[in-house]
Amino acid sequence: MSIETRKPDNQLERFPVQDPGLEPHIERWTDADKSAGDRAYRQVLAMLGAVPVLAIAFVVIYFAVPRTAFVDIFGMQWDALTFLLGLTGGVATLLIGLACIHWAKTIMGDEEIAEDRHSAASSPEDREAFAAEFAKGAEQSGLGRRKLLGGALGGALGLIAVPAVVLFADLGPWPTAALRKETIERTIWAEGVKLVNDITQRPLRASDLEIGQLVNAQPETLWDHHGTHFQVEKAKASIIIVRMDPERIKIPESRVDWQVGGILCYSKICTHVGCPISLWEQQTHHLLCPCHQSTFDLSNSGVVVFGPAARSLPQLPITVDADGFLVARSDFTVPVGPSFFERDSNNDFVEGDR
Amino acid sequence: MAKPADVSTASPALATERPPKPGGMPSGVTGVATWADERIGLASLLKKNLRKVFPDHWSFLLGEIALYSFIILLLTGVFLTIWFKPSMAEIEYQGTYQLMRGLPMSEAFASTLALSFDIRGGLLVRQIHHWAAMLFVAAMTVHMLRIFFTGAFRKPREINWLIGVGLFSISLIEGFAGYSLPDDLLSGTGLRFVDGMIRSIPLIGTWAEFFIFNGEFPGDLVIPRLYMVHILLVPGLLLGLIAAHLALVVYHKHTQYPGPGRKDGNVVGYPLFPVYMAKAGGFFFVVFGVAILMGATMQINPVWNFGPYNPAQVTAGSQPDWYMGFVEGAIRIMPPWEWHLGGTTWSWNVFLPGVGLLTGLFIVLGAYPFIERWLTGDTAEHHVLDRPRNNPTRTALGVAGMTAYALFWIAGGNDILATQFRLSLNAVTEFMRVAVFVGPVIAFLITKRICISLQRADSERVLHGSETGIIERSPDGGYSEPHAPIHIEEKYTLTQHVQNTALQITPETDGHGVLEKGAGVSRLRALMSRWFHGGAIEKPTAAQIEAADHHADGHGADGHAVDGHDADGHELTDSEESSQASR
Amino acid sequence: MRFLTAKRRHRAARPALLVLALLLMGALYAAVAPAARVSADTGTSQQVAEGKALFQVTCSSCHGMNGEGTSQGPSLVGVGAASANFQVSTGRMPMANPGAQAPRKKSTYTEEEVAALSAFVASLGPGPAIPTAEQYSGEGLSAEELAKGGELFRTNCSACHNFEGAGGALPTGKYAPSLRGVSGQHIWEAMRTGPQQMPVFSSGVLPDEDVQAIVGYLETLHAQPSSGLTFGAIGPVAEGLFAWIIGIGGLCLIAIWIAARGARAK
Repeated sequence: MSIETRKPDNQLERFPVQDPGLEPHIERWTDADKSAGDRAYRQVLAMLGAVPVLAIAFVVIYFAVPRTAFVDIFGMQWDALTFLLGLTGGVATLLIGLACIHWAKTIMGDEEIAEDRHSAASSPEDREAFAAEFAKGAEQSGLGRRKLLGGALGGALGLIAVPAVVLFADLGPWPTAALRKETIERTIWAEGVKLVNDITQRPLRASDLEIGQLVNAQPETLWDHHGTHFQVEKAKASIIIVRMDPERIKIPESRVDWQVGGILCYSKICTHVGCPISLWEQQTHHLLCPCHQSTFDLSNSGVVVFGPAARSLPQLPITVDADGFLVARSDFTVPVGPSFFERDSNNDFVEGDR
Repeated sequence: MAKPADVSTASPALATERPPKPGGMPSGVTGVATWADERIGLASLLKKNLRKVFPDHWSFLLGEIALYSFIILLLTGVFLTIWFKPSMAEIEYQGTYQLMRGLPMSEAFASTLALSFDIRGGLLVRQIHHWAAMLFVAAMTVHMLRIFFTGAFRKPREINWLIGVGLFSISLIEGFAGYSLPDDLLSGTGLRFVDGMIRSIPLIGTWAEFFIFNGEFPGDLVIPRLYMVHILLVPGLLLGLIAAHLALVVYHKHTQYPGPGRKDGNVVGYPLFPVYMAKAGGFFFVVFGVAILMGATMQINPVWNFGPYNPAQVTAGSQPDWYMGFVEGAIRIMPPWEWHLGGTTWSWNVFLPGVGLLTGLFIVLGAYPFIERWLTGDTAEHHVLDRPRNNPTRTALGVAGMTAYALFWIAGGNDILATQFRLSLNAVTEFMRVAVFVGPVIAFLITKRICISLQRADSERVLHGSETGIIERSPDGGYSEPHAPIHIEEKYTLTQHVQNTALQITPETDGHGVLEKGAGVSRLRALMSRWFHGGAIEKPTAAQIEAADHHADGHGADGHAVDGHDADGHELTDSEESSQASR
Repeated sequence: MRFLTAKRRHRAARPALLVLALLLMGALYAAVAPAARVSADTGTSQQVAEGKALFQVTCSSCHGMNGEGTSQGPSLVGVGAASANFQVSTGRMPMANPGAQAPRKKSTYTEEEVAALSAFVASLGPGPAIPTAEQYSGEGLSAEELAKGGELFRTNCSACHNFEGAGGALPTGKYAPSLRGVSGQHIWEAMRTGPQQMPVFSSGVLPDEDVQAIVGYLETLHAQPSSGLTFGAIGPVAEGLFAWIIGIGGLCLIAIWIAARGARAK
């Protein structure tokens, strides 16, 4: 245990100008002029005196102002209770603070004082005394003679942490390959599931969609789920349907029968970190994520054209049923949403996607 | 302290009789004070600390803003917990806010709406709580910058710096957890982003995601869990760390800016009782008052406009609160890098700017005092603060760091920038991709030059005084501006700093005995040290100052200055006086 | 004048002259044209004729003499009266200068002129007609219907136009405009016709009752009192900025006052 001591400076080299010492105290205006002092005194009193008034106003406003009332401030309508309670309470609180500070600045004595500071380290005597005490304790513990005790205690303490950690193994289900297949690698889309409008649940006919149309849609079966399941499935199954002029888009050979006359359906879940995306530009066919600005080209199998996303947007194969309603042909062929470690998403870029 | 005069029990340490007279206690509170002192020995505890000196400077109050914001957060937070229900169970809303009537939503969101519309003052307290949270992290940030630029993290305060970095890092978790609780569209989008961020961690990402969310996003447990984190786990840690942080400040005593009479061996300022108690106590009420007024007049997080969380919805302008903005920015401008190795995916595009940047920031912050010490070999205790210019490389590093942070932060609002200033979103993003690397370098170079120029200006000022603004014409037609000498106090302040020098390479087996800067300076360390100390201006020596003073005197209008002025060690003061007279 | 003489043979001189002439013609026409008729239903064919004349002066340079479209502007065949009405009465058309997107500005046409232009565009091919008030009015809806309008708005609109309708950014300098102060009629027309980059929301997918719910929601949303300054309702970026400027800035000023030495006696 060694301590660095301060280097004995060559005083003239260290301090080329000699320390002139503390500046002399100069009286404040409020000390020198009695009327100024009295004025400061009155100001502090006035500030503190206003606080009870504001406190009473607060209580009156709390009980008297109806919850739905609003006030007109410079042409803006503000919620009256929030504003008036905050105004009275806030100004009252502020005045207490300002009064105390004003008091300290103008009335309390303001002579600066110097206090000696000691090195953070203990003195050598204290260290020696400590070392002696420690040695006594160590001797008494018997550790010196029975050395295994220390190691055994350390090992015991270390391993008792293991049960504590293991207790957390049930924090959530384990994402084994089997469970992943049932959860993040699948959605509730399946063959024949109708595409319906989100919120209104109206089934969609191919003929209802115009070129340039965007529909935020869900599987019809989503509403079979409730509560948490509903949210979990919606978080994966959400889709957007767009209709583009078939002449103006690239449809790879492998995906020709995934669409109906230029009506294409993509996952709404960004492959970057999973925001729902629906900022679709109907003329450029680009789809922008409002969270991190990944941009996908829906006229070209959903490839990334800008931004931090690394994977194409998964496309849902669709067709029309006998009544002309849009239905899915299968689930998504690749998992939707962000990539995850256990699965090589490189194979998602099948021929024609690029 | 009054001690019992006679002892009737075996133990001499115990008093069984009422002390005859509570001598010495302040009048008025005698009874209470004596009662307390007899039980907890208050007097001996307070006698040392009641008049403890705190130096007075506005920048020493920045940490207090953070402390007071924390207290405000505790107070308002308790109020909010009385009504908030941390449950993701789905209900149909039938409350007073008509634009949500009949919608399915979580109990957490419904109770937030109830807090905002049914509980009088509830909305005000919610807004105060959120503004105070913003102030809390912001005040911590500026406080940390003040510590950094003035070198207050140096020995013996490294541990307190580490505690501070710890406080800063868990505050971000605390803030994020709070942001997620109302379960509105914005907070749910934020949670989903965190879900993606966790998923991107190599090897354990999916497992961490399933463990935290109890399965797939969003699950039904993450809000109750975050609630526990937000109101119990992290506040508990924060309280403990803040207590340790303050205890160390009291133990070390506050640092002070250089000035006459201010030395490493003392602390100059006002006593705690009464001046600092009034100023700091008053400042608590000021911070609280400002937070309340902000809550009263500035709308924040209008959850009723965002609507309940719905995983198929999103809004333009989805951003985290400001303190996570730099992570958001890094994620936005990151190029789409993914690795595919042996059947696995490594999502660097999310991991590096997310988890990577956050961890990197805290590692760099935590390591800095030790890196600087390694570069300077400085082992002395420091209680007088550095003027930022006197450590140009540190200051430049700090400004470079701030620039990088700010650029990432701005990138986090690239869409807002684009709409508010009519710029192209893509152009902003691409500019930022370059700027976050180039900007800090430029900032470093410029700051370092500015610091060195300021040092030079200081030196000039010490040697030649300040410019008078008077142009004099000499008899032979030349023009000159006379300089007036500066006060001795200022001269001292400008020259009191330590002139640091770069470490020299010393072999491991040095035969010159114990070197103060530690034996065995490696080539790398010496090289880095040379870089760190590069460019600094030598401060004026005593001889230079003396010569300059005599030079000034020689040009003085009065005949006071003569050569051979007796050099009795007071020559500086004398010449100061003479120059005062000549002015 | 030397400047003009010198630039006479410039490559851009002839097109510039042409534009100048066209502008002059337009101005002349606007000055000499007969005062607009009061009634809009004086006969469709006459309105179409007037619209055509107006179209050929102010629109045809980009959209072609008969609205068939050119390299400068798209064909207007089949876009419908609703589209023409939206574009012209919100001031987006005619475009003042080419850019990433036509901004909303004050329309320079009278209502009658807009009606004539719309009638002419409608005559080019079948498309959405100008809606009647019953089709878009959000008045008289129940709280539940308004709430559903909110859900529809957040599902279909807020991704671009923001949760409060404050607008948002699109790629390469384009943007979704603010919806504040936009009439229900214009919202209906925009949804049905998909102006510029905005996708179409046809009546087969979102029937008029859904549009009414959205319009009603937005009107109610914008009419309700706020709980303080909203900073443009653009979300946490503005909130963070003001926490720094007003909160930290204000408290620093007070801190400076606390530590200031104050007035001294000498």
